[in-house]
Amino acid sequence: MSVSILIPSALRAFTDRKSEVEAEGATVGEALAALAETYPDLKHQIYEDDTKLRGFVNVFVDGNNIKKLNGLDTPVKPDAVVTIVPAIAGGF
Amino acid sequence: MSELVSGLVPADRLQDLTHDDITRYSRQLLLAEIGIEGQKKLKGAKVLIVGTGGLGAPLALYLAAAGVGTLGLVDFDCVDVSNLHRQIIHGSRDVGRPKVASARDRIRALNPLVDVVTYNEPLKSDNALDIIREYDVVADGTDNYVTRYLVNDACVLLGKPNVYGSVFQFEGQASVFYAKHGPCYRCLYREPPPPGLVPSCAEGGVLGILPGVIGMIQANEVIKLLVGGGDPLIGRLLLYDAWKMKFRELKLERDPECPVCSEHPTITELVDYESFCRIGAKPDEAPVESISATELKRRFDENKPVQVIDLREPHERAYFKFPNAKVIPLGQVIRRMDELNPAVDTVFVCKIGQRSILAIRNLRGAGYQGKMMNLLDGVQGWIREVDPSAKQI
Repeated sequence: MSVSILIPSALRAFTDRKSEVEAEGATVGEALAALAETYPDLKHQIYEDDTKLRGFVNVFVDGNNIKKLNGLDTPVKPDAVVTIVPAIAGGF
Repeated sequence: MSELVSGLVPADRLQDLTHDDITRYSRQLLLAEIGIEGQKKLKGAKVLIVGTGGLGAPLALYLAAAGVGTLGLVDFDCVDVSNLHRQIIHGSRDVGRPKVASARDRIRALNPLVDVVTYNEPLKSDNALDIIREYDVVADGTDNYVTRYLVNDACVLLGKPNVYGSVFQFEGQASVFYAKHGPCYRCLYREPPPPGLVPSCAEGGVLGILPGVIGMIQANEVIKLLVGGGDPLIGRLLLYDAWKMKFRELKLERDPECPVCSEHPTITELVDYESFCRIGAKPDEAPVESISATELKRRFDENKPVQVIDLREPHERAYFKFPNAKVIPLGQVIRRMDELNPAVDTVFVCKIGQRSILAIRNLRGAGYQGKMMNLLDGVQGWIREVDPSAKQI
């Protein structure tokens, strides 16, 4: 099952400048793992270790934070939109 | 009546509008949602803007133009010519002046009816509560995580709304963090990125218009909170991509375990935010070896074997081609690890010597065994020590 993952500006250096990537997976965790396999340089940026996302990285499925759903085990429907939202600090 | 409906300006600060006020704000007074009552609230309002840069500039200009009676400005920095492509409150003749002084002059020229209070100092744990306490609403236009967590915690502790905006490259975020009515910044971001993981602002760049758009969204939210009514951006995160011209909205909820705004907080006073923001740094991690530009040049001159990897993006290399370098952008080093020869010393080069440290740590984590060094101060160091005639950005 294919879902769309939206890549923020801050992480596009790790996805060959792509802003949207299709990935296979039945859960958010599976889709992100597939993404990290295609772009291994991205993995270190968003994962603290093999199982846990970094504290400054949020993931939303169709507008809702997975923290409030089932975390990385949150199921994704076909055509779901997964958005990665890292903290950015610039105001300069 | 909820303060979100009645507005956040205390009744004892409301005064009648003068003839000048009515003339100046006439187009705004015509709006039923603002009118005389709303304008009186704006006139009595006190708003603190933290940071007088890309976000602070439109915030200060629009809030002053709208007739917010008192604007507090916090910034310790001076105007640099490279600020001017986005910080439109400052002008060429202000270069070198304190930003708060330059911003105050511009606000006075725009609207002399506004009182401007300047704080030409950094916001810190020992002054934040005293400064913020005086204001009805805080707008966060800072450029670093240390101050963002400080502003958030101070606002939660004092019960003030924190109108948030932040920008990077082409992308912006905005929300209203108001713990009395919704989540705070820590509910969304439990901790900042570990130092060095995310390219700094100076390396990443920003479209000048982007902080303009996000700062204006913040100003809009400030006005609504002061006047009351409308749908404040509480519990919602607005994402804006200027290059794709797309707005998205995400739902934010309180974290029941938030260390500062939950029912049982572990943070009940301001803490040391410098140490908090070093959280992810691993002190036990082996340090990264560096090499100076002069030393690297000597190795070139003596024909000693060394492989140089330029981690910069193609558009950055257009300004300066690094001699004898193989190009592998930072975002591809692990994928292309096989292209490195572990038998030869490798020097990693970027603009200022930060991405190179990250690349070395990532490669180490991925199991690369060869010797790796970071070119100290990156291309900037090389230009300074070896090739002063080159152009620098």
